[in-house]
Amino acid sequence: MQETDGYEGMLAETITVTGDGGDQIHAYLARPLGEGPFPAMVLLHHIPGWDEWYREAARRYAHHGYVTISPDLYCRDGHGSAEDMAAKVRAEGGVSDDRVIGDADGCIAYLRSLPNVSGKVGVMGTCSGGRHSYLVACRSALGVDAVVDCWGGGVVMGPDDLSPQRPVAPIDYTADLNVPLLGLFGENDRSPTPEQVAIHEAELKRLNKPYEFHMYPDAGHGFFYYHYPAAYAAEAAVDGWEKIWDFLGQHLAG
Amino acid sequence: MCTMIAEKLQVSGSGKARGRWFPLGQTYVSYDHPFHAPLEHALNLDFVNESLGPGSRVAVELTPEAARALATTILRVLDEGAKAEGR
Repeated sequence: MQETDGYEGMLAETITVTGDGGDQIHAYLARPLGEGPFPAMVLLHHIPGWDEWYREAARRYAHHGYVTISPDLYCRDGHGSAEDMAAKVRAEGGVSDDRVIGDADGCIAYLRSLPNVSGKVGVMGTCSGGRHSYLVACRSALGVDAVVDCWGGGVVMGPDDLSPQRPVAPIDYTADLNVPLLGLFGENDRSPTPEQVAIHEAELKRLNKPYEFHMYPDAGHGFFYYHYPAAYAAEAAVDGWEKIWDFLGQHLAG
Repeated sequence: MCTMIAEKLQVSGSGKARGRWFPLGQTYVSYDHPFHAPLEHALNLDFVNESLGPGSRVAVELTPEAARALATTILRVLDEGAKAEGR
């Protein structure tokens, strides 16, 4: 965190990165000004799309000293408002897991190419982005150094939940997770339910993976979303952000 | 997401968005997170015309109870209409 007598600056803008299959996709890049070296983050947006909250979150990470990129995972599907694009992609069954992982790898490569990035890169997402972040941590060809899963639904999936876009339950890749995991969840969430989170946690324990899970009472799905009064849970959100800064400070900074 | 329960059907008719009517092409029906309704999951209807771009969309988000009531009401009214027309 900046001291009041320190210099502070930030640049935030839309850029183009090379995503899965060599496709050029848009991404929002927010980075602190300075020589660094800065740790870096990839933010994978939720099912409501590449929206204002993700841009704000990217700037918040940059404020905390992380060069942060958030790719438009729906970029190939057209352009319009985030909601309109999300409705379109939802009707098509969502984006494929493989494509998201490829897009994340493109972002990781971009971040590590920057001269002011330390080389340490984390990945974080909420909702479907939490699930995708877990997949990236397990399957990225380039690898990440830490992962934050915020209420990612669909990590635990039954056979009927699998689809061409989501052919494997992320929990089945847990053996391949080799970086620290932070998970933030709400007791009132129905996707993932506390029972599903417990199944995931049992698998992490069984395989002796480094993780910390926090289950907040009186919080449901999307409890960080202050623009959505039915979801926002102030106490959990404040503590959750603190957990994120502590976790990333331990595993990415320095 | 997180249910990923969504279907798409081809439809004919008209919709009005942003003050303009446009021909409908498709309707998306999903039970998932709404964008606006204060619910964790809602029955979401998106009346769209894909050929006109993502902005040609009339969105409705209903509670499950309201959606079921709407569905039965639509069927009842259609039956009455068919009866009135002698079909």
